[in-house]
Amino acid sequence: MKSAIGRIAAIVFLIALGTSTVHAIDPLPFKDRAEEVRFQQLTRQLRCLVCQNQDLADSDADLAKDLRKQVFDLMRNGKSDDEIKQYLVARYNDFVLYDPPLKPGTWLLWFTPLVLVLIGAIVLLRILRQRARQALATAQSGALRSNQTSSGEDDW
Amino acid sequence: MIKRLLPLAIFLALVGLLGFGIHWNQHHEMFEVPSPLIGKPAPEFTLPLLYEPEKTLSRKDLLGAPYLLNVFGSWCPTCQFEHPILTGQIKPLGIKLIGLDWKDEPEDAKRWIAQFGNPYDVLITDRDGRAGIDFGVYMAPETFLVDAQGVVRYKRIGMFTPENIRDELLPKIVELTGKTAP
Repeated sequence: MKSAIGRIAAIVFLIALGTSTVHAIDPLPFKDRAEEVRFQQLTRQLRCLVCQNQDLADSDADLAKDLRKQVFDLMRNGKSDDEIKQYLVARYNDFVLYDPPLKPGTWLLWFTPLVLVLIGAIVLLRILRQRARQALATAQSGALRSNQTSSGEDDW
Repeated sequence: MIKRLLPLAIFLALVGLLGFGIHWNQHHEMFEVPSPLIGKPAPEFTLPLLYEPEKTLSRKDLLGAPYLLNVFGSWCPTCQFEHPILTGQIKPLGIKLIGLDWKDEPEDAKRWIAQFGNPYDVLITDRDGRAGIDFGVYMAPETFLVDAQGVVRYKRIGMFTPENIRDELLPKIVELTGKTAP
């Protein structure tokens, strides 16, 4: 009796497992593995507009499905990756790209971290130099004092 | 003296930065993606009318007078909240109001309109959502103001409120039509 219930539970579990993998991603009719890999790589570089911290490959939002279909159709029409990105940027702005292009509008985005690191490096360098100078000064004054105590032995 | 005050200055700079962040977030929606279409011709479309699917409306048909294109769907809860604002505050402005039923079943849309009322001059349907993608729509409701030459002048993402009608939409409409506010 118990084993029968266990068996039914196992079957239900397996069916659930099976259907969940089937529904994981909308099936697109890729003609070969290379096309699928290209599609995956491309959609990973594109942002889902609805859930904005997910890429287009991952998102289960309805619009993301439509956009995946659109990307697929554009690929089939012989468009290059850049052309497909341009197609989306023309509609949804640079925001749709996870890797924003370098242009005057994005200089702040690209260069602020660099500037901050540079400022940090300069500050660090100054502090280190100051400490080195202080250490030298105390070492010298210490040496002077020890010279004074051991009077006579002048080695410099 | 200056060295003593430096930590305080850094602290105040941080307070300023974080305060600016809070201020910015209160006046901007974080999810808003500015449309690249502003100042550019509206995308081409030819879509069937909701009530007469054998007839279509295209971008060309609308040239000659400014209009508002309101993207909505019967599945969209915020559109329901926006609906009385369309009826009560946008329709009286006297500008042509086109309803784009986006990614929706026409039957559902008809039921929705029958239930809440029809503030639109014309209703068109974009069942598969392609036209919406061309307009860069990513969340309903969205509304585009298009001028008589077919150029997009303004886009509202999310629902209209009395404040942004007064501060953003109305000045743009006045600019286009030359009429003063009713």
